[in-house]
Amino acid sequence: MDVRPGEIHALIGENGAGKSTLMNILFGMPVIHETGGFEGTVEIDGEDAHIMTPHDAMEKGIGMVHQEFMLIPGFTITENIKLNREITKPTALSKIFGKRLQELEMDKMNADARKALDTMEMDIAEYTMVHGLPVGHMQFVEIAREIDKTGIRYLVFDEPTAVLTETETANLLAAIRRLAAQGIGIVFISHRLEEIISLSDRVTILRDGELVTTKDTKDITAAEIARLMVGRALALDRNESGRKVSDEVMLDVQHLRVNMPGERVQDVSFKVHKGEIVGIGGLAGQGKLGIANGIMGLYPADGRIVFKGKELRLNNTKDALKSDIAFVSEDRKGVGLLLNSPIDLNIAFTAMETEGKFLKKYGPIKLADKKGIRAHADKMIKDLDIRCTSAAQNTGALSGGNQQKVCVARALTQQPELLLVSEPTRGIDIGAKKLILDLLKSLAEEQGMTIVMTSSELAELRSICDRVLIICEGRVAGELKPEASDEEYGLMMSSAHVSKEKEA
Amino acid sequence: MSDLVKKNERKFNLGDFVLDNIVTIIFWVFIILGLALAKSVTFNWFLTELSNRFYRNAFLVLSLIIPVIAGLGLNFGIVVGAIAGQLAIILIRYYYIGGFGGFLLCMLIALPIAALFGWLTGTLYNKTRGQEMIASLIVGYFGTGIYMFIVLFLIGGVIPVQPDHPIILPGGMGIRMTVDMDTIKYALEGIWQIPFATFMIVASALVILYLAWNQYIRKLKPGQTRLSNFKFALYAAIAVAILAVFAYQSATKGRLTMVRKVPMGTVIMIVLLAIFTKWIMTTKLGQDFRACGQNQYIAESNGINVDRTRIIATVISTVLAAWGQIIYIQNIGTLNVYTAHNQIGLFSVAAILVGGASVNKATVSQAIMGTLLFHSMFILSPEIGQAVFGQAILGEYFRTFMVYGVIGLSLGLYVWKANKQSKLTLEPRVAENARDQVINSGTTR
Repeated sequence: MDVRPGEIHALIGENGAGKSTLMNILFGMPVIHETGGFEGTVEIDGEDAHIMTPHDAMEKGIGMVHQEFMLIPGFTITENIKLNREITKPTALSKIFGKRLQELEMDKMNADARKALDTMEMDIAEYTMVHGLPVGHMQFVEIAREIDKTGIRYLVFDEPTAVLTETETANLLAAIRRLAAQGIGIVFISHRLEEIISLSDRVTILRDGELVTTKDTKDITAAEIARLMVGRALALDRNESGRKVSDEVMLDVQHLRVNMPGERVQDVSFKVHKGEIVGIGGLAGQGKLGIANGIMGLYPADGRIVFKGKELRLNNTKDALKSDIAFVSEDRKGVGLLLNSPIDLNIAFTAMETEGKFLKKYGPIKLADKKGIRAHADKMIKDLDIRCTSAAQNTGALSGGNQQKVCVARALTQQPELLLVSEPTRGIDIGAKKLILDLLKSLAEEQGMTIVMTSSELAELRSICDRVLIICEGRVAGELKPEASDEEYGLMMSSAHVSKEKEA
Repeated sequence: MSDLVKKNERKFNLGDFVLDNIVTIIFWVFIILGLALAKSVTFNWFLTELSNRFYRNAFLVLSLIIPVIAGLGLNFGIVVGAIAGQLAIILIRYYYIGGFGGFLLCMLIALPIAALFGWLTGTLYNKTRGQEMIASLIVGYFGTGIYMFIVLFLIGGVIPVQPDHPIILPGGMGIRMTVDMDTIKYALEGIWQIPFATFMIVASALVILYLAWNQYIRKLKPGQTRLSNFKFALYAAIAVAILAVFAYQSATKGRLTMVRKVPMGTVIMIVLLAIFTKWIMTTKLGQDFRACGQNQYIAESNGINVDRTRIIATVISTVLAAWGQIIYIQNIGTLNVYTAHNQIGLFSVAAILVGGASVNKATVSQAIMGTLLFHSMFILSPEIGQAVFGQAILGEYFRTFMVYGVIGLSLGLYVWKANKQSKLTLEPRVAENARDQVINSGTTR
């Protein structure tokens, strides 16, 4: 791909399509060289630019506005803009002990910061502390820092609008246009199709680490971008056999709000019927993972959840577990498993804690029923085909797929009526993926279990779910049938305002 | 814009104020009670004791500030700095070098030793990131072990010494338990002394002049504010009152003229260190200290060499501690070879915490105030024990309790506050549009 001076070039693709990797290469981030380097060349002005460190990138005039803020909260805006590029003047001691004892020239630094802020047309005082600024302003400070670097020629924005409100976004986009007008080449990474359509001159679509196409934005429609972004060969082998979905509402979530860092849920309502598999999809960071975590009380939540006609107390994990909801977490190693404990204990643990199973009582003292636990674990190992040396093996030593099976076994031991599964196939190989998915399907079909499955992999959701909810910006963007087209999926995931786009 | 500034200013809240300053408040209450209860304590004796202890310790306490700002927490490891100082003193004493020249030479000898120790300690802190304070405690014990080995076995055992030298043990190996400092005693303090009353008059006059200049004459840089009228009036009133009391006392040759004379040499050293600490924060190095202290990851990704910066902070602190220990020993006049450095870390840390410092913030004024308050408690404790229970020893137990109590309480509160801040909560539901309007109303043209 190529970027021209003064152009706004949009880069779009699904999670894992390789956008961030590409930008890390461009910026010489150490992680690239630590994990195997790259092939091919980066050319600037027709010359091969060897960018090995972020410092090289800076010298070549490439700046990056990070997704997470690289600002120090206890510093003023000036100090942040000038971080490690402070203007100094020599002092008596600096002549002896070296440059670091030079005094800062705060006045000059303030003046420079002022200039950079003025370029952005931002009239906030340069000596304000960054701590307590609204996120929109922090973003502007980051950009001001890049502008202030002398000779900036290319500026990369990595999903700059993900954390901004609508008005802040509008301000930011206006600022980006101004920068482009000054001849700075812009690479703009975003998930939001409408932004890309309205802002960019050209758009490049990546999928699975490969460049799909680069086109002038005026020659392409949102629908087309969406299709190109999602469109991969899907192996949809759906064979629906005797799944009984009743009309009875099992779970009714109303206006759920969850504060899970990186996966905030703003306002989500949906109903789940008895016996169905509901999929929750969407791009990373949009809040789909927050829903199950919020229902289980792992992160602060509010709203109303009715389960089997009774209201569920929020922010209370034990209560949720006791009301026959089981949860297989997306964080297998952190939340899902006790890695240094054997398989049998892992399987029995939740049931012991919440339902008092596998316990022998001697007066006031309760002891674990080791035999019972082992017998149950052996049965589970056989049923789910967990590959291990014995039930006494530590779960930390198992492969990802088998660890996931232990998690599922633990959830099943609770004999739940509703199973929440988050990212069940994350980090496990293809063969194991299929086993896990088949297992979930058979649970629904043979035992009539109700399942809510959250996953980043659309193909997975579409292969076993009855319907798929797409979450975008913490809200339900819509509900789709598994048979719906790639285009519909792509559009829904990329924008909260799909309906407007269609009308226009 | 005005909305934003208002949002950043917190309203004064009595509960929060008490909670933030609980340790300092406990000490004030204790000292006021103590002065009221212990009838045997005369005020001039109290001031003599307090000022003497202040000259001894202030330098050491000030040496703790830079590591705190650089994000290393409270550096209990100044003990190894003290050890470096003591090694230098032993060397000077062995060759009978004395006087002010000997004192300066002693500081010069301590410098490379302490710098080496500081570099080693700093390297260790970089490897024990997040647990620097625990590491610093252990470094103190480890350093003590090596120091003991040197002064007890190597001297006379490996390093040949004059066996009949008065500081060497009778067997010809190892140093005696206590070594008197001979001519090093008061080498710094004896140079120039002025009466306490005169000192206080001059000092409070200077403070009044500074306050006035700060409030009325100084040009403000953007972002700076003057003191509120209330604070200005309060500080000025205190300074005027002190000025008046001592002027009256020295005119009438009152009891307060009996207070120990002020050793200007030590005072100048302390003032110089205070100025140095403030000045270094205006340099590039100081800016890097602050950046590392706030967020190592962001500092690193902006090209600051975080490891090196942290090592420099530790080296500075250790060297200053070595010099502080030399000042301390020349004030005491005898060196308890095997114990003098032991409590330095704990006591200095307790003192700076009493002044209102914490794991991540410390200022010169907190160090000065803390030293004064901490030693007031130390002086008064046995007297209170005597006055209330008839046993001075109870008060001595009590002050040990206070030292550890202060450190425990401060660290506990720090962690508790940090946990409270990082706890996730839901913001109350607000209409998104309303928030947008607030943010947008005067901030972007």
